[in-house]
Amino acid sequence: MTRPTRRIFDPHIHMTSRTTDDYAAMYASGVRALVEPSFWLGQPRTSPATFLDYFDALLGWEPYRAAQYGIAHHCTLALNPKEANDPRCLPVLDELPRYLLKDGVVAVGEIGYDSMTPAEDDALAAQLQLAHDHELPALVHTPHRDKAAGLARTLDVLRESPLAPERVLLDHLNETTVGDAADSGCWLGFSIYPDTKMDPDRMVRILRVHGTERVLVNSAADWGHSDPLKTGHVADAMLAAGFEDDDVDTVLWRNPVAFYGQSGHLHLDVPPPGAREQQHLFQGNSILRGGE
Amino acid sequence: MLTPLASLRTGLELRLAAEARDWLHRALAEAADDRHRTDADPPPAGVRPTASPPSGTRTPATRTHSVPRLPRWELHFARAGRICRGAAADSTDAPDPVDAARVLILHAAAPGTRELTRLYRHGTGDERRAVLLALPQLDPPPEPAAALELVEDALRTNDTRLIAAALGPYAAAHLDAHQWRHGVLKCLFTGVPLAALAGLAHRASGDEELARMLEDYAHERTAAGRSVPEDLDRALRLARLAAPGETGKSSHSPRPPHPPPPSRSAPAPPTPPRPSPEP
Repeated sequence: MTRPTRRIFDPHIHMTSRTTDDYAAMYASGVRALVEPSFWLGQPRTSPATFLDYFDALLGWEPYRAAQYGIAHHCTLALNPKEANDPRCLPVLDELPRYLLKDGVVAVGEIGYDSMTPAEDDALAAQLQLAHDHELPALVHTPHRDKAAGLARTLDVLRESPLAPERVLLDHLNETTVGDAADSGCWLGFSIYPDTKMDPDRMVRILRVHGTERVLVNSAADWGHSDPLKTGHVADAMLAAGFEDDDVDTVLWRNPVAFYGQSGHLHLDVPPPGAREQQHLFQGNSILRGGE
Repeated sequence: MLTPLASLRTGLELRLAAEARDWLHRALAEAADDRHRTDADPPPAGVRPTASPPSGTRTPATRTHSVPRLPRWELHFARAGRICRGAAADSTDAPDPVDAARVLILHAAAPGTRELTRLYRHGTGDERRAVLLALPQLDPPPEPAAALELVEDALRTNDTRLIAAALGPYAAAHLDAHQWRHGVLKCLFTGVPLAALAGLAHRASGDEELARMLEDYAHERTAAGRSVPEDLDRALRLARLAAPGETGKSSHSPRPPHPPPPSRSAPAPPTPPRPSPEP
């Protein structure tokens, strides 16, 4: 059920792995803005150069693609936790500062822990400092394995960092970690997946207990088994459970706008698909490919 | 097309709010100041110093990754989008305010060809577009070979904003015939209006090879039962014109622009074997 007034901001989705059909379906479900965090590609990178190509795509081609479907695209940039363990990739940290100045970069991320190694400690601390220096918030991934211990260690590092809790979004939370995360003062992110992470009904139960304050919901859809429409499913489940439209708007629009808006880099004014601007000189639709 | 720089600046200033206008004045003044610095000069004021490393970090993260020590004009170039995007539109034909601000900054800073290439290579889509738009405005002009590499890079993309910017006056003056003809075709493929092409009438005039490519494309479209882009006829008429001083060329063929599209009920007529299109 799509309500005409519904607007959705997916604060974590990997669109480089998705199709134009996904963009169209997301728009139809109410998605008007999203943030694409840089992360692992499913296969290891072997040099900083491939990170830079990826960053360039997140700052050029992918926002262009999203705009064709009426969706405002932003990104977060970082050395991800998994690849922080590969010395071949570490030099990308030297390249990050000039990228963090760019329009469309709304946070440093995804950073955090994967296997909780010393190398991950270093990359996390260094990139929290980067976020502070660039006056950007940070998107912090909590580990999939040993999650509760991983969150505790993440919170320790955050306390030592110069970044204020209100400038940190802790992501991939669940029933076991939401309490400590909420107590930290950070923003609370929940990823809704078909089989793993959270599902819409469990998300509604968490919202009943913790309320909507500082809560963000994302699909985290990527190259794996995932669903870019999960944000809309949460909106539906909230309404079915008795939440008001205003609650849905808080969780699915106003909270992500407030969090990422701290960057000063959010730009949400994208014309709808098919609008005159799309036919304008610089907004034609090459995604239709025209036989290329 | 961008208007000359003076009117570009005037037009932009009229559209900016007071705070953004103050920023523009400062950005252009600092860009002009940076222009006169040499590489041996210390980084100018306004760039934050290197921060101390986070405590307790281990090698190799004990190195610092602070805000980069970029020239002030380059920081302004990056920030122009945030500052100018909201500028009021006074007409649909007015240059994009972010494009205008970035072109003015590049003109004032006059980066070398190497810097220009770096800006493009590591730029956002909008930043790349500004570099392309600035190419004909720079003084001193960029080295043609390097500048054309940027134009050709943009023409390889499928981003219509970059394609249109690449085919401005710089490409009209410098791009070789083969690349330029493919640029025309690329516009037709991707929906960029040919009005975006600088120097279309001059470069297309009497270009028999372009006429052949356009006719082949029209043939391919009609054989598939698809419409032919309206712009194609215009380009074809130009290409069939004799170039100044040339008369009686075969490009004056009375052949119609392209065969009529097949009716919906009838199958497309058989076509003779044709050479494979270029990859």
